[in-house]
Amino acid sequence: MIAFENVAYSYGGGELLSEVSLRLAPGSFHFLTGPSGAGKSTLLKLCYAELLPTAGRVTLFDREVRSLSRDEVAMMRRRIGVVHQDCQFLDHLPLAANVTLPGMVSGRHSVMADLEDLLNWVGLAKLADALPPQLSGGERQRAAVARAVIMSPDVVLADEPTGNLDWEMSLRLLTLLVELNKMGKTILIATHDLNLIRAAKQQVPARVLRIAKRRVQLAGADL
Amino acid sequence: MKLQAITDMLRGDRQADRVVPPSGHTAWLTSFTAAAMTFLAVFALALSLASGRLAERWGDALARSATIRISAPAGQMDAQTRAVLEVLSTTPGVEQARAMTDAEQRALLEPWFGPDLPLDALPIPRLIEVTEDGSGYDSEGLRQRLAAEAPGAVLDDHTRWRKPLALAAGRLRLLGMTSILLIGATMAAMITLAANAALAANAQVIRVLRLVGARDVYIARAFVRRFTLRTLGGSAVGAGVGLIGVAFLPSADVAGGFLTGLGFQGAGWLLPFLLPPLAASVAFFATRFAAFRKLKELT
Repeated sequence: MIAFENVAYSYGGGELLSEVSLRLAPGSFHFLTGPSGAGKSTLLKLCYAELLPTAGRVTLFDREVRSLSRDEVAMMRRRIGVVHQDCQFLDHLPLAANVTLPGMVSGRHSVMADLEDLLNWVGLAKLADALPPQLSGGERQRAAVARAVIMSPDVVLADEPTGNLDWEMSLRLLTLLVELNKMGKTILIATHDLNLIRAAKQQVPARVLRIAKRRVQLAGADL
Repeated sequence: MKLQAITDMLRGDRQADRVVPPSGHTAWLTSFTAAAMTFLAVFALALSLASGRLAERWGDALARSATIRISAPAGQMDAQTRAVLEVLSTTPGVEQARAMTDAEQRALLEPWFGPDLPLDALPIPRLIEVTEDGSGYDSEGLRQRLAAEAPGAVLDDHTRWRKPLALAAGRLRLLGMTSILLIGATMAAMITLAANAALAANAQVIRVLRLVGARDVYIARAFVRRFTLRTLGGSAVGAGVGLIGVAFLPSADVAGGFLTGLGFQGAGWLLPFLLPPLAASVAFFATRFAAFRKLKELT
């Protein structure tokens, strides 16, 4: 589904990632951990072609990202739900429109049918008409998760999706992602939250990847 | 591909339109530019059409007429006039020839000498107006025959001063057309700048849209449609005001010179109505070009 072969990424003259090789198989559940600034967000951006590797190959759905046209990148992204760390929204549109934005841009207006259930699940039903600047950090994160999963994408990439959430809401979102994974979706979550990882491992056979010294390693059993 | 883009734009997509924030300084800038440029284009069009008419009038009317001037002693004037008319009546290519009456000659001289000109007391030459038919006459042959039959007669076929006038009118028409092209190019440049500014101001919106899988054509369409409609609206206002301005110009009359003839005639009044759709087309292609280029820069 997503594969890295000896991928390196340099930024500002320094190498952030080096010789990264990994494969996210269909239906797999991965966590990505590592210290701040280690390159977790960069690795996620490489996964949805927002960044291109400076060396090596990144393959999305069996296509090398460098060979993709801009339209093809857009079509690939419709199969990938992304939760950004900074939760970017269109500030002039209400929350409901922001959450259904992936359906709007791809012409799949049927996603509107799932909107109410999804907003209820993430606890934002009453804020459907609110504008993003009126939302708290936690509410924005929940909205970002709702937007990422509304199209039932093949892959969900989440960058610190529970950073601003209480434990109860974190578990609620985790349950949503676990259910998607049980439906065969591939999940990759970048997080510092070890409790979240442990909670997930009780529900699904999640694997943990750790970025250290510019390389990605499979973490040990201590998690 | 382009046709599909145009039909998509005309059909509209309310949801796609919503993804771009509704207002900004580029909105009024685009409308104002379109209105001002179309207003100027209406006058340039009027100038061009008037110049065309003038060139045609001078070209055709003067080309088909000539004047014979007879300078002879008073006792021989009538005889030479008759001789000239006789020559003209047998000249192939001459449709009509007639001697101007004293009243007509007095009217011609009135602007310089006043209405009480004593024509009999002055050595004013007799003028004969010649109108040629479609085939034309041999002016050199006619000159030789006149020299033989009426030594005081001189043929003036207007060539000497008709050519520069027709040339000037033609240049004026060209100037008008060039002005319209320049106005169109300026409008395209202004709208491109405004579109670039709007796209840059909405870089964050574009990033989010790309993130959720929007294709460039989807994002561009929202901007293109907005700029095209703004241009159409602004241009319609500019054309309307321009037409009113032209309609209130002094009307042409017999004594009118070039300026009083600056306006539209007949079906010419319909031409300014083509300017708004033309301006909208310019905006469509300019914004589309700018949008696709800017999208590649931004994401």
